[in-house]
Amino acid sequence: MRAMPARITRDDVAHVATLARLALDEDELERFTGQLAKVLQHAADVEALELDDVPPTSHPYPLANVLRPDLPGPTLERAEVLAAAPSTEDRQFKVPTILGESP
Amino acid sequence: MTTTSQPTDSLGQPITVPDSADTFVFDASDGSRWELVCGLEVHAELATATKMFSGAPNNFGDEPNTNIDPVTLGLPGTLPVVNERAVELAIRFGCAIGADIRPSVFSRKNYFYPDMPKDFQISQYDQPIVVGGHLELPSGHVVGVERAHLEEDTGKSTHVGGQGRITGAEYSLVDYNRAGVPLLEIVSRPHVRSPEQARSYVAELRAILLATGVNDGKLEEGSMRVDANVSVRPEGSDELGTRCEIKNLNSLRSLGRAIEHEARRQAELRVAGERVRQETRHWNEADGRTHTMRSKEEADDYRYFPEPDLVPVDPDPAWIERIRAALPMLPAARRARLAGASGIDPAAESIAVLVERGQDEQARAAIAAGGDPARVVVHIEQNLAGPGGADLDPSRLAALVALEVGGQLTATQAKQVLAEMLTDPADPAAIAAARGFEAMGTDALAAAVDGVVAAHPAEWEAFRTGDAKARGKLTGFFVGRVMKATGGQADGKAVTALLRQRAAG
Repeated sequence: MRAMPARITRDDVAHVATLARLALDEDELERFTGQLAKVLQHAADVEALELDDVPPTSHPYPLANVLRPDLPGPTLERAEVLAAAPSTEDRQFKVPTILGESP
Repeated sequence: MTTTSQPTDSLGQPITVPDSADTFVFDASDGSRWELVCGLEVHAELATATKMFSGAPNNFGDEPNTNIDPVTLGLPGTLPVVNERAVELAIRFGCAIGADIRPSVFSRKNYFYPDMPKDFQISQYDQPIVVGGHLELPSGHVVGVERAHLEEDTGKSTHVGGQGRITGAEYSLVDYNRAGVPLLEIVSRPHVRSPEQARSYVAELRAILLATGVNDGKLEEGSMRVDANVSVRPEGSDELGTRCEIKNLNSLRSLGRAIEHEARRQAELRVAGERVRQETRHWNEADGRTHTMRSKEEADDYRYFPEPDLVPVDPDPAWIERIRAALPMLPAARRARLAGASGIDPAAESIAVLVERGQDEQARAAIAAGGDPARVVVHIEQNLAGPGGADLDPSRLAALVALEVGGQLTATQAKQVLAEMLTDPADPAAIAAARGFEAMGTDALAAAVDGVVAAHPAEWEAFRTGDAKARGKLTGFFVGRVMKATGGQADGKAVTALLRQRAAG
């Protein structure tokens, strides 16, 4: 895990906005940088606590191994699903070309 | 030597690269010598009935968009639930390669692409279920495994226009049948040192996945997909060069070719004083080159965070032990066992082929029944590959081999009798007799050889007095004539022996 920088910068916000495909103008970048800095300040408060003996927790519930048996369940009607899509072709969802690739 | 901070893998373990006698070392255009360092990532679809997080069927080749449910489509309000069978198969694989099974956590990998309707893929990040383990290749080279983690597959996009590539495509069509299919991503350490080892690693991995029933091994259907991380360094150096990830490797042949091409490309860049950029490259089978796909995003750019809708998977040790105890014998052990029974080198292609086809038990039984080991293995490899071949009673195969080794049948005749034995339950000797493959008596054979020798005095003189080379050529001539004279019933080896005997006498 990367150590948290002292304060979130305008460049950080611009980078995250790009990843989230958000087009922010100059004013918005400025405003959101301030707002995000305040949100992150809460995390900094937590960092101030002595937590060396507390194991990292991914989840608030004291639960593990919620599993389901490998048994087929109901599927959706294709016609109904495709009817809800903005555009379809040849039994498939038709989408604009997205630049970038799948992971 | 100055100490620098040791590079580490995704789990903080130091990265080491083993030496290998088979390391691919090559000359760049300026005569400098370079060596390959390679790691492989294999995505294996798990052989479950349903998807990773929902009950929609996991079935290749169905009508587009029929194996979909609200979870597959990421509809609002849907929640994922982990498929127990997928966890079991991941554990099974981990046990098979001697890995640790760890408590694991699912994370969201965020990205924007229409092949995942949720706009994120549920994967495992810093706490994968399988850690460590290794594969021993038939050559004896050992490739360590860094990790194997559970995740969900993406949907299938078909790009329309632009020659099927994303670049220049007009639009894309998406089929979500594959979205959510359970995947195990198996990440090797950079222990692969040659294109041949890369092919061998994938073949061995496939054999293990097949033997354990974790995956169906169908590379051609994409149920196993391979990416290669390739870097080069000067021969003898211990540096870790910048690596490129190669995608679109659809066959073992492409894998080997792409790795070699990429290694040479990187060495030429460095020879020219340029640096290798860390990026993802696409292998083009047609032009035999790799092409830039995208510069590598930093892992942080996927903004992984723990999946809030799933709790950790922390398998009970007793469950893990039950899975481990139920593992079948693995390919490496089966190869060693067959090699021991047959006296054939465990690295021989024929041994690997028989084990992969599941015919090693048949071979062992035929050898145990008295069959000559080398002939048993050859017949199973070459003549019992087709339908019904694996069902042939090993004792009948042993009986056939005995006829062949005893000189009653030639190799060609034995092959014909064997083909008939698949449908005819009769004794091999009876089938041979019915076909007129009567044993050619020693006297009859000798008479045939003498007849041919007498009919070709000039050739015989050349054979008798010639050097090894001339003799080798004329052996073919005489064996051919004797075969013709006996209607193919003579055994080539016996004829050769007789010719030598006559010439010496």
